[in-house]
Amino acid sequence: MTIPRFWREIPIRYNLMGSKCPLCGTVFFPPKEICKICRRVSIDQMIHEKLSGRGTILTHTTVHEAPTDFESQVPYYLAIIELDEGPSVLGQIADCTNGDLAIGKRVHSVFRRVSEDGVSGTIHYGYKFVLDHSR
Amino acid sequence: MNSGIVSYGAYIPFYRIDPESIGRQWGRNGADVGKALGVKMKSVPAQDEDAATMAVEASRCALKRAGIHPQDIGAIFVGSESHPYAVKPTATIVGEALEATPGLMAADMEFACKAGTAGMQNSMGLVMSKMVKYALAIGTDTAQGAPGNALEYTAAAGAAAFIIGLENTIATINHTVSFTTDTPDFWRRGGMKYPSHGGRFTGQPAYFRHVVSCGKELFSLAGTAPEDYQFAVFHQPNSKFPSKAGKMLGFSQQQLSEGLIVKEIGNTYSAASMIGLASVLDNANPGDRILLVSYGSGAGADGFDITVTPGIETFRKGINKTIREWISNYQLVDYGTYAKNLKKYKMEGE
Ligand SMILES: [Zn+2]
Repeated sequence: MTIPRFWREIPIRYNLMGSKCPLCGTVFFPPKEICKICRRVSIDQMIHEKLSGRGTILTHTTVHEAPTDFESQVPYYLAIIELDEGPSVLGQIADCTNGDLAIGKRVHSVFRRVSEDGVSGTIHYGYKFVLDHSR
Repeated sequence: MNSGIVSYGAYIPFYRIDPESIGRQWGRNGADVGKALGVKMKSVPAQDEDAATMAVEASRCALKRAGIHPQDIGAIFVGSESHPYAVKPTATIVGEALEATPGLMAADMEFACKAGTAGMQNSMGLVMSKMVKYALAIGTDTAQGAPGNALEYTAAAGAAAFIIGLENTIATINHTVSFTTDTPDFWRRGGMKYPSHGGRFTGQPAYFRHVVSCGKELFSLAGTAPEDYQFAVFHQPNSKFPSKAGKMLGFSQQQLSEGLIVKEIGNTYSAASMIGLASVLDNANPGDRILLVSYGSGAGADGFDITVTPGIETFRKGINKTIREWISNYQLVDYGTYAKNLKKYKMEGE
C-alpha cells in the first residue's frame, strides 16, 4: 500500500469513519460521496458518520493460505459483520479460535496492527473485531 | 489549585505464559523461579498488538468513562521503552486514533519503567498553568527479555492511561516529587533488540534507594506518615521488590495488596505502577489517600500523594471492566506462540 493512500484512509481505518445520506438516512462504510438510493440529489449533501464499531457476525471463515504479508498469522479469522448502523464490513476477528466463532455473535472493534510495509516500512494500524463476551 | 485525575483506563492483552513454560524451554525449574519472583504468569501481546495499539485502547476507555470530548485533550504523552518506531512518535498515532488531532501537543516519553508517570507530571504542569484543559498521560509497553534471561520470566505487556485536569476530578494529586541520579542498573543501547542489566546491582543502589528516598521525600513534602494512607502502590518488577520497599517505608501488606498486580500479569514496565493505581482507584472510597511511587532504571522515581474525591462514586458507575476483570480474563499460550508473538524469531529476509 502506498503511503499517500494509507494516510488518506486513516479516518476510515482508525475510527471507522463512514458517511450518511441526510435525505434517506442510509449509512455507508467505507464512506461514499453519493447515496446509492438518492443518487444525484445527494451530491455534496453526504455527512461524516463515525460508526460505533458494534455489530453482529453475518458469516465467517478461517484463512489457512494467506497473502505474503499475512502468512505469519495463519490460521486467522475473517468475518462479514453487520454494523449496528447498517453497513456490512469485512474484518479480521482477533483473540479467538475457530470454535469461538458463530453467526449472530456480537463483536466490537479494536485498534490493532493490520499489516506493515516490510521490516523498515510504515506500520498500518486499523480496525479489527473481537467477540463481545470473550474480551 | 491542585490538578487531579479526571479519568483512567487500562488495557491488558488476552494471552499469558507461566514461568513453568519458560523454564522448560531453558532447562530451568520455572516454577521455582516464578515462586522466588512472586509471579504466577505474565501477559503476552497478540501478534498484532504493540505499545501503540494498547495505548489507544486504554485511552479510548479513559475518554469514554468520563465522557470527555477528544478535542478538549490539549496534550498527549506516551511513556514507553517499546515504541513501535525508533523515529515517529507513538503519540501521533494515539492522537489520531482518539480524534484529538490536530490542535494538540504530542510527545513520546522515555525513562525505562517510569516514562508514564513522567508524563503525568508533565500533564500536571500544563494543566495547572492552564496551557491545556486536559492532558493525557499513558504508560504502555510490550516488554522484552532476551531469550533465557531472568527478565524473560517477568517482562510483560499492558497499558494504562490517565487524564489529568483541574475540574471534575476523581482524585486530587496533592503533591508530586522525583528522585533522580545517574545509576546504570538497566539499559539498552541503540540498535540492540534486548536490554542489559547490572544483575544484583538492580536492587539496593537502584530500585530501593530511589523508591525509598522518593517516598520519604513525599512524606516530608506532604507532612504525612504511612498510616495516613489507605493504599500504597510501587513500581513492581516482581512481587518481592515493592513488598520490601513498602516495608522499608513503613507500610503494611494490607496497604499494598490492592495495587500489587505483578503476581497475575508480570511487569508491564511503564504501565506497571499505573495499572496498580488503576486497580486501587477501582476500589477506593472518597477521602482515601494513596501513595504512588514509580521507578525507572537509569535511574529515577516519581512520587505522588493522592486523595480520592467524592467524584469517584458517580465515575465508578461508568466502569465497564475493572483491572481485576482484565486480569481474570485470559488464555495461556506455550513458549513457541509467545516467542512468535514477540517476534523473537528472525524471519526469512530479515
Ligand atoms: Zn439517500
